[in-house]
Amino acid sequence: MTATGALSLPRTTATAARVLRQLRHDPRTIALMILVPCVMLFLLRYVFDGSARSFDTIGASLLGIFPLITMFLVTSIATLRERTSGTLERLLAMPLGKGDLIAGYALAFGAVAVVQSALATGLAVWFLDLDVIGSPWLLLLVALLDALLGTALGLFVSAFAASEFQAVQFMPAVIFPQLLLCGLFTPRDAMHPVLETISDVLPMSYAVDGMNEVLHHADLTTAFVRDVTIVAAVALLVLTLGAATLKRRTP
Amino acid sequence: MMNYSSRPPEEPAVHAQDLTVVRGSRTVLRGLGFTVPRGRITGLLGPSGCGKSTLMRAVVGTQAKVTGTLDVLGRPAGHPSLRTRIGYVTQAPSVYDDLTVRQNLDHFAAILDPGRAAADRRHENVTRAIADVDLTGHADSLAGALSGGQRSRVSLAVALLGTPELLVLDEPTVGLDPVLRRDLWQLFHNLTEERDATLLVSSHVMDEAERCHQLLLMRAGEVLAEGTPEELRTRTGADTVETAFLRLVDEAAASARTEESTR
Repeated sequence: MTATGALSLPRTTATAARVLRQLRHDPRTIALMILVPCVMLFLLRYVFDGSARSFDTIGASLLGIFPLITMFLVTSIATLRERTSGTLERLLAMPLGKGDLIAGYALAFGAVAVVQSALATGLAVWFLDLDVIGSPWLLLLVALLDALLGTALGLFVSAFAASEFQAVQFMPAVIFPQLLLCGLFTPRDAMHPVLETISDVLPMSYAVDGMNEVLHHADLTTAFVRDVTIVAAVALLVLTLGAATLKRRTP
Repeated sequence: MMNYSSRPPEEPAVHAQDLTVVRGSRTVLRGLGFTVPRGRITGLLGPSGCGKSTLMRAVVGTQAKVTGTLDVLGRPAGHPSLRTRIGYVTQAPSVYDDLTVRQNLDHFAAILDPGRAAADRRHENVTRAIADVDLTGHADSLAGALSGGQRSRVSLAVALLGTPELLVLDEPTVGLDPVLRRDLWQLFHNLTEERDATLLVSSHVMDEAERCHQLLLMRAGEVLAEGTPEELRTRTGADTVETAFLRLVDEAAASARTEESTR
């Protein structure tokens, strides 16, 4: 008998395997998750046909943003379904720790994110001439952490959505402000000071900063380490908050 | 039966005293007291909305805002050690529609009895549970592609995994045809006789009451009567439990009216 707090590895992997198995019965979703980022990058490359430098900056940022958005959407809907179908209540009436469930989800969607990011990064670097000075492996690392952040945010907001309609609306509410303020459109230090301060506390800003550090520097910079640490820490914090929204006893 | 020696025979499976549950601003259960004996089928009967599901959720430990005494298998309801000992089936089937029957059961079995060492035991349990609910022919169908009655049987099969001591079944026979209903009641009786399980089964269909060993009649958040079907019929001088229930409801309503008028 495991305590509620401690993670149980077999229960975590069983949960992850189940989530992936559910996904396998839904090939269209897999195709969309894997292909859409690649198609968008391809599109972007030719949108900036005349200015390859702009493609470098925006393309690298998007490599970080795609996994965040995809995993946010997929996780928020998947956990909402788990809440509304009664399977969450059933699982929590069984000896499953909340941490097992959340770690299982993070593990499963993290695996999907690895595939998604590897394909998108490979396409961007080798076929679309994305000019990265640092190692593409570091791009992949940031992308994976971004996916984890997306999973965490999705899990958290699903507690506040009563229906799939509401869950989908959380995407513009939670993601769009970060998208506007993360430095994708204008450098953050060129924004109104108030907005710059807000962007300093939003995690996506660091996800994009991290990508740009890899883009411009051959070595591991301190800024990169800071960015990666912040994204990982926020992801863990939000996952913990997400665990707190899972209640064994409900009204 | 060996299992009897390990516990005091008189200890009930569920014992409630002054059990009250509040949902939002409504008091759904008001000061209930009842016992569910071990190794028997106790039917929880009453009209829809009378608090049957809330009572079952309280027993399983998923209901918030429960006050009073509620002991389940010798522990306070919701105790972590009870999670492997109770099987619970909600009214709406709670299974993954995008997994096959076997994949659903495999997953819940892995949560109940995790680890590589238990793989053979899990496989056996899963196969037996699928056979128990007569879905062997559909083991590899997606749960979402099954009929409503079949999906609720998948949900029941999940509760049978791991041989629970107490099974809490919320309206398990709703929407099933007469043959399946008969088979399921046969299964329920087998579970008490062969596997020494205790069953708490809710229903709003009174003819199922006759198949229970013990009855709890509920109305508007209160226990109206408790006893064997035979006792309830004799007490009210009725031929069937249904008539007995109606007489008890009328009596309760009449006494409520007198109370009102003398106030």
